[in-house]
Amino acid sequence: MTQGHTRRDFLKASALGIAGAGIAGGLSFPAILRAQEKGPIKVGILHSLSGTMAISEAPIKEIVLMAIDEINKAGGVLGRKVAPMVEDPASNWDLFAEKSKKLLLQDKVAAVFGCWTSVSRKSVLPVFEKNNGLLFYPVQYEGEECSKNVIYTGATINQQATPAIDYLMSPEGGGKRKFYLTKVKKVPESAIAEEYTPFHHQDYQTVVGKIKSFSAAGDAAVINTINGDSNVPFFKELANQGVTADRTPTMSFSFAEVELQTLDVKPLVGHLASWNYFMSLKTPENLKWVKAYKEWAKQRGIPDKQAVTDDPMMHAYLHVKLWAKAVSKAESTDVDRVLKALEGLDVPSPVGKYKVDEQNHHTWKPVYIGKIRADGQFEVAWKTKGWVRPEPWSTVTYPSRGCDWSKGGKGTYDTVGGKRVWLSEKQS
Amino acid sequence: MALGKAVVVSLALLVLPAIPGPAAAGSAPGPGIPDLSSLPARLEAPVTQEAAILALREISDPSVGILLRALKDGALYRWKARLTVLADDGTLKDLAGQPIVDDRGQPVSPAEGQEAIALEERLFGLVQNLLDRLEVFGAEREARQSAAFKLGNSRDLSAIPVLAKALDRETDRRVRGVMQEALNRLSLSSPDAPARARAAQFLGQAWSESGLAQLRVVAAQDGDAEVKRAAQAAVRRVEVFLTWRNLTGYLFNGVSLGAVLLIMSLGLAVTFGLMGIINMAHGEMLMLGSYTAYVVQEIFAARFTAHQDYFFFVALPLSFLVAGVVGLAIESGIIRFLYGRPLETLIVTWGIGMIFQQSARLYFGDQTSVNSPSWFRGGVEVMRGLIFPWSRIFIVGLSLLALAALYLLLQRSYAGLRVRAVMQNRGMASCLGVSTRRIDALTFALGTALAGVAGCALALIGTVDPEVGKTYIVDAFMVVVLGGVGKLLGAVVASFGIGLSNKILEPSIGGTAAAIYAKVAILALVIWFLQWRPTGFFPAKGRAAEGA
Amino acid sequence: MGPTLGRRSWDAHLLWLALFGIVFIVVLPLANALGFLSDYYLNLFGKYLSLAILALGMDLIWGYTGILSLGQAIFFGIGAYSIGMHMMLEGTGQGVYGEPVPDFMIWNQVYQLPLFWKPYTSFVFALGSSVVLPAALAALVGFLTFRRRLRGTYFAILTQAIAFAVWLMLNRNEMKLGGTNGLTDFKSILGFSLGQPATLRALYIFTAAALVGAFLVSRWLVRSKTGLVLQAIRDNERRLEFLGYNVASYKIFVFSVSAALAGLAGLLYAPQVGIITPSQVGVLPSLEIVIWVAFGGRGTLWGALLGAISINWLRSVLTATYPSLWPIILGGLFVTVILFFPQGLVGLGNKLRSLGKGRRIFLTTLGVAPASKVEGHPL
Repeated sequence: MTQGHTRRDFLKASALGIAGAGIAGGLSFPAILRAQEKGPIKVGILHSLSGTMAISEAPIKEIVLMAIDEINKAGGVLGRKVAPMVEDPASNWDLFAEKSKKLLLQDKVAAVFGCWTSVSRKSVLPVFEKNNGLLFYPVQYEGEECSKNVIYTGATINQQATPAIDYLMSPEGGGKRKFYLTKVKKVPESAIAEEYTPFHHQDYQTVVGKIKSFSAAGDAAVINTINGDSNVPFFKELANQGVTADRTPTMSFSFAEVELQTLDVKPLVGHLASWNYFMSLKTPENLKWVKAYKEWAKQRGIPDKQAVTDDPMMHAYLHVKLWAKAVSKAESTDVDRVLKALEGLDVPSPVGKYKVDEQNHHTWKPVYIGKIRADGQFEVAWKTKGWVRPEPWSTVTYPSRGCDWSKGGKGTYDTVGGKRVWLSEKQS
Repeated sequence: MALGKAVVVSLALLVLPAIPGPAAAGSAPGPGIPDLSSLPARLEAPVTQEAAILALREISDPSVGILLRALKDGALYRWKARLTVLADDGTLKDLAGQPIVDDRGQPVSPAEGQEAIALEERLFGLVQNLLDRLEVFGAEREARQSAAFKLGNSRDLSAIPVLAKALDRETDRRVRGVMQEALNRLSLSSPDAPARARAAQFLGQAWSESGLAQLRVVAAQDGDAEVKRAAQAAVRRVEVFLTWRNLTGYLFNGVSLGAVLLIMSLGLAVTFGLMGIINMAHGEMLMLGSYTAYVVQEIFAARFTAHQDYFFFVALPLSFLVAGVVGLAIESGIIRFLYGRPLETLIVTWGIGMIFQQSARLYFGDQTSVNSPSWFRGGVEVMRGLIFPWSRIFIVGLSLLALAALYLLLQRSYAGLRVRAVMQNRGMASCLGVSTRRIDALTFALGTALAGVAGCALALIGTVDPEVGKTYIVDAFMVVVLGGVGKLLGAVVASFGIGLSNKILEPSIGGTAAAIYAKVAILALVIWFLQWRPTGFFPAKGRAAEGA
Repeated sequence: MGPTLGRRSWDAHLLWLALFGIVFIVVLPLANALGFLSDYYLNLFGKYLSLAILALGMDLIWGYTGILSLGQAIFFGIGAYSIGMHMMLEGTGQGVYGEPVPDFMIWNQVYQLPLFWKPYTSFVFALGSSVVLPAALAALVGFLTFRRRLRGTYFAILTQAIAFAVWLMLNRNEMKLGGTNGLTDFKSILGFSLGQPATLRALYIFTAAALVGAFLVSRWLVRSKTGLVLQAIRDNERRLEFLGYNVASYKIFVFSVSAALAGLAGLLYAPQVGIITPSQVGVLPSLEIVIWVAFGGRGTLWGALLGAISINWLRSVLTATYPSLWPIILGGLFVTVILFFPQGLVGLGNKLRSLGKGRRIFLTTLGVAPASKVEGHPL
């Protein structure tokens, strides 16, 4: 009920005028505190539903709502229902900061599931750290971050990029030599070309022309980290200029099933992507999950064609489940206790047992390389043998750096002479 | 997320070192007649796997290809003493494609827990190479071409006779070209100096871009002076060719970008340039066109599957109509109350844009795509390695056609005369019996209809999503204003000027962000240009200039 | 014509402003300190009020002088980045990496503080940079353009091009300003932790006071002789030139003032919101400022103020209550308000007032310029 309460206040306030709003909101605030222990557990969903990121983030909102719905149907958590508070930060980073403040300070949510872009995560991070909130972040990212208040369920570099490049250079991937990483360049500098384009860039003629000359000898691959809508003109240009997957494969890091639906797939067959999950996986858990989502989407009026699942959606679904399990285990929604309970916690998933690391707030997962199929799905071309341990600090760039939040841990540390030196202590 | 998020949008290319040939290439001839009966066992054991695969090289039988492919894909199973392939339906077939049946005549599936014969990771390259050798004789043109190219890349001299044999049989002109090139690229590493020189000469004659890297190495390092000279000449020849080819490419890119800019701003040249309405929803009118194309495509996919490709020809005029009708409705419902108050039209059309965007998102979702009709796929190869995509050629043609039609309509028709009369002197035109109300409505509708066509055409090369309008609006205003408000010719000069200078600048800027710096340079040019000519390319003269 | 206000409304306006000042500078912080108003709301209002200062600047240049600048967001950005850089430096050593340069630099493999960052260790320098730098830049742009008689739409497109170019460059990591991620994770300002409600309350009070101050200065400006000249420029620039006025200098002056106000807004915005990114410094954010002013009522200071506060507040509310419908609601509101109340919110207020008094006139009380008088292209 508390949710309706604040909303009503907000609406009332809007009728009263600006000065009134602050006061009305303020007055409702103690009421929330009182209701907190009995009513439903409030959780925040902070994904853009309008603006440029809506294409990727709106489906994540749906899957989180579905997970919460499943939990509620099974009786909720600690005997209380879970009440989602959906906010639209509208692909606006400043609004992300504002909304996270609202969720934590005003709505007092127990956890927030949200963010996609790194900049949105960076914008809410100080808010979560200052107010001891709990954020679940579902997308692969660049690493070098390990906040006490965030559970990162997406892939770290060693859970996506490194295996992908290994694959490209392996005989199966068509190449030959091993290991290319950001810093230790075992590939000579002259063999790497980089190109950056602005957001929403639409004209890829020159870039594709460069790729063609660069790959004329047939020994090159493209690592595509384009985000968002620009993927469409890029791939269309690639196809039109005759750059095919068998000669110059493109490995994408930010392009999953959801985004694939925005493209004419036929000319793209054979191009690659690296993820921790593909919708086409034939595990019984996955078939069940995909079916459940299709049904959910039908109820919510999402066309069947668009009801696809992808990697960030799986992480988003699982982190709701992880949170619920941790709350039950901790018998509390208190952030510190939930975080404690999350250490080493696992849940079943479409890719098998999915586990939070004992120490570093990231998760263990397998890595798959998929090839685009004509039906808009990926076919698994390769997968890691086991579970890949998350490394928020790449062992290549920071060989001695790690992160530990378990008992006695104080976050990021450097190992100096076999002993841990905590960065948080070094600072002061 | 992703690495790219931290560094705007990034695109990194990574060269994979050239594929060296199989370790034992050419040096380990298999036993004269391979022992087929022991093959399954030898393939299964990691120690003997390589020799077993090499032995297969000597057999020319279609089943070898099937066997190797199954081995590579992890679909090769042993059933009793035989090698079988797992079919898509989950049953086992023999190498000739016949189902395997057990004693009771039932199809056989792999036993519970039975694993496919595992290919050693280090042997993937070898199997791929052998498959390519078979593929050059295959039935499919594309596959032959691709296999020949890969063999040319392999630096495996033992592939030379295979390629030569394939070349003999090949009839397709283009595939022959690729095979010859591959053959000569291989010969470049031949121990025989005259052969190397001949190969270098050939690659030079053929303007072989794919052989250039290898030629450069030979030109710099070859021990034989003759070969060195031939290679140097070839490198020069290829480089000169590439310079010309790239120049042609840049020009085409520029023209094509210019056409894109022109077609997206033609509608605005009418609504803003002619009528003075700041139509912030112009981008959303483009979006309407794109979504019309999408809807028509979906209808065709559901109803007229056989004629799927023709959807575009229905979509194009329909998008003109849809955007025109919507424009008419907006004009008669809202904008006509705001004439003479352009400021208000700015905020109102902004509001309309917001409504359209979110409505499209709610109705269609974000995941929509327009697929080009099959004849717009790919392009025409005007020079070796330089393809002009059909979709871009089409857009260039369409934008010029739209421009011509608009010009004729405005300058050469009676209707156009009335439009110009109303825009130049409303009161006078009204006195002379022109229905200004109707002209206003129809002119605005014409502007939005043109935007609709543009949206439909741009869906061929770009995105179809609710945000698409935002990506166009800024450029469109810049083109219209730069050209000189109200001047059609100005818009043409501005769009092709921006397009060409952008596409010629972009390749000449080094570094990793040429696209960004080219854009910044263009903006700097625009700023400088406005300093120089503060009222655009073709400034309005006389009293009309007053308000601009 | 324009806000050449009659003497009668003079006192009423100051009265309203005093009331506004008392409510926002005194009552709200007090309510917050006593626990009646949550920290979140106070912070939120701090954000709105700083944006209102930005809108005031836009109103001066566009509403009163008729020059559409689509570069206001750059000036805002300079203000925000200036103070942001100072706060980053104040927090160095407290970052994830524990290095003596801000975290994002390590991420970009910059281990030495770039030279242009060094002066920003000084708070005074940062303050100066955030207000004086925008003014100086505006003066430079104005000097180059207004003297060349570049005006109307062409000036709008020129500033738009600058804004677009700045946005493109700011997104690049080699600018050493944080790239796409911008500047974030500010720890403290002048030694006061930004995690403390008291610090935020103080920032809020500064913002509200600055808004009232900016309002008074703008009011004084538009009512002065200079202000009359500015409005004359808007209404008929050519006539003014014939009368012998140096139009360009007036334009340069008002452009600088509006830029300084934008810088001030950025200065107050960044510490309260806690992040500044290139996405706030482009063409679209500049256009949004125009929308606020037009919605509130162009050519009246109250209009700018109310427009900025109400739209931002509506957005906060609607994105929470109608997460997937809000653009439709807000867009519809733009259309209806403008269609029925051409002078925006101020026009609406006047209409209500005149209805209350049973009078039919509603345009003149606040001195709104009837838009139909604006000729030709309005930009």
